[in-house]
Amino acid sequence: MRKKLLLLSFALFHSALFSQATTLINGAGATFPYPLYSRWFSDYQKVSPTTQINYQSIGSGGGIRQFTDKTIDFGATDSPMTDEQLKKVGEPVIHIPTAIGSVVVSYNLPNQKKLKLNSDLIAAIFLGDLKKWEDPRLKKLNPDLSVSGDIVVIHRSDGSGTTAVFTDYLAKVSPQWKEKVGTGTSVKFPVGLGGKGNEGVAGLIKQTPLSLGYIEFVYAKTNQLPVSTLQNAKGEFVEPTLASLTAAANAMMGSMPQDYRLSITNSAGKGSYPLSSFTYLLIRQDMSGSEKGTALVGFLKWALKEGQKTAAALEYAPLPAALEKKLQNTVQTIKVAK
Amino acid sequence: MIKPPKRKDVRRADRIFFWVIRSLSALLVLALVSMGLFLFDASELAIKKNGFVSFILSSDWDPVQDVYGALPVIFGTVVSSLLSLLIAFPLSVGIALFLNEIAPAKLARAVGFLVEMLAAIPSVIYGLWGIFVLVPWLRTHVQPFLIAKFGFLPIFQGPAYGVGMFSAGLILSLMILPTISSISREVFAAIPRIQRESALALGATRWEMIKLAVLKSSKGGLFGAMMLGLGRALGETMAVTMVIGNRAQIVSSLFAPAQTMASVIANEYAEATSDIHLSSLALVGLLLFLVTFLTSSIARILIWRVK
Repeated sequence: MRKKLLLLSFALFHSALFSQATTLINGAGATFPYPLYSRWFSDYQKVSPTTQINYQSIGSGGGIRQFTDKTIDFGATDSPMTDEQLKKVGEPVIHIPTAIGSVVVSYNLPNQKKLKLNSDLIAAIFLGDLKKWEDPRLKKLNPDLSVSGDIVVIHRSDGSGTTAVFTDYLAKVSPQWKEKVGTGTSVKFPVGLGGKGNEGVAGLIKQTPLSLGYIEFVYAKTNQLPVSTLQNAKGEFVEPTLASLTAAANAMMGSMPQDYRLSITNSAGKGSYPLSSFTYLLIRQDMSGSEKGTALVGFLKWALKEGQKTAAALEYAPLPAALEKKLQNTVQTIKVAK
Repeated sequence: MIKPPKRKDVRRADRIFFWVIRSLSALLVLALVSMGLFLFDASELAIKKNGFVSFILSSDWDPVQDVYGALPVIFGTVVSSLLSLLIAFPLSVGIALFLNEIAPAKLARAVGFLVEMLAAIPSVIYGLWGIFVLVPWLRTHVQPFLIAKFGFLPIFQGPAYGVGMFSAGLILSLMILPTISSISREVFAAIPRIQRESALALGATRWEMIKLAVLKSSKGGLFGAMMLGLGRALGETMAVTMVIGNRAQIVSSLFAPAQTMASVIANEYAEATSDIHLSSLALVGLLLFLVTFLTSSIARILIWRVK
């Protein structure tokens, strides 16, 4: 027994000494893409065994804070950093969109299979102007709507990218929302109950008849919650699907800025779902300080190409092909150690 | 502080042990002080921008406009905690009296164990139970009944959502019940037997004995137990966040959603990016720290005096 242990410890010691040194990369940020990223990191380790990437899903805000403080090698956020936040970093930052996420409007209506909504209705409901299910404005879009009673509005109480996307959309379609409430990860909602996290909102919707609230798309899909179709800027009623999310991004490619910081809510393209957004990785332009840069660039190239295939399987909409090409070029501009 | 014995015949091991213990307790005090200092430091910006008093007294909490006022969350914390005390205190004292004075020893041990088990349940479990069991029951049975019978009172008005101040108070009362009842039991147990026997010997009934010999002389201790329960209620985060509806507002109805100091921190800290937002949340934390520190200290002093 003792001999065996001795041998074992020797073997371990030996492998630790003589195996190739692994590059350890640390990142933190958004919770929304966490399932996708953790899959990517473990997949990539099979491709490149010397690269090990650790990721903590502490929220976009925390990701931006730690990235700014330089305690991590890369950050991740759902909504792009603001100019003010970029200034604080003190060096050039590259935003890399990795996938497209979206927000859906879910509801609890007995005997109601489908619900159609448009931007005016959503804004009116969340502003507290439209209070009852029997309102003629709702009836007009949904002639078969038979319920009546007060609408119980449910929103996220914790700061989240989901809220940021949802309020960004509302501010685009409703001047009144823009002026009264505004956009952000935490906003002061004029009406409604707050649930903590997607699970909190989903729990409240399930438990409260006649309620309506917004949830992150992957969460709603995996938990099979009823989801309303939304009218997009072109006038079509669109269901949230991976295709309609990618379509939303595709339609906005013409206005894509150099730094990729673009909101794609209320996209006017054909068949595009109006409540979608990119999720980003935050990378410092100058990574020449250590060998981490080379490893990170290798990962990014892989994630934008092979990684996109796994995205769809996990219900994340892949990037449009045209964007992927542009991003590959951008990744090349990251300065790495020679 | 006790001085280490200087005598030579004291063993070295004893001296080392003494110093280890001493520095460990000093470390604990240091941790407490540094926590306070950290919170004070982190909230400096919010104090500078708003002023301490106007931060406490203003009631608008709007992260988009970067306007922060803590009154609604202070209101939420105070009301939900007081509500929980109102329910839990009489119940806990009743349980303690029953177990110590009336129930047979075997039953008392079993029930006492079960009551204390309540303290071991993680608060997220309370929260989940709240969302899936308590809240639907309140919404469909309790709240409609209260609205129908007592709807003239401003505290029982408005739509019955289930979630809100009322359910938060109920959940909290369950969570602080074991704290209050087990300390109450200790307080009762500290009363000398002879006091009870004298009361009985003078012809008191059992109720009169409890009233005169037990309750009267344990007022201070019970108050202390209550304050410790209050301390726990003030700081409870997870379970409350899940059932309170998370809306920073001051309204008279207990059925309306509200927000507490602890829950606003838990909700917004992770995604807060502006400095003033973070600092304001830290200031809420500092206020909570001071309030719970004060209530616990008062409670301890009262319990010590009894003993």
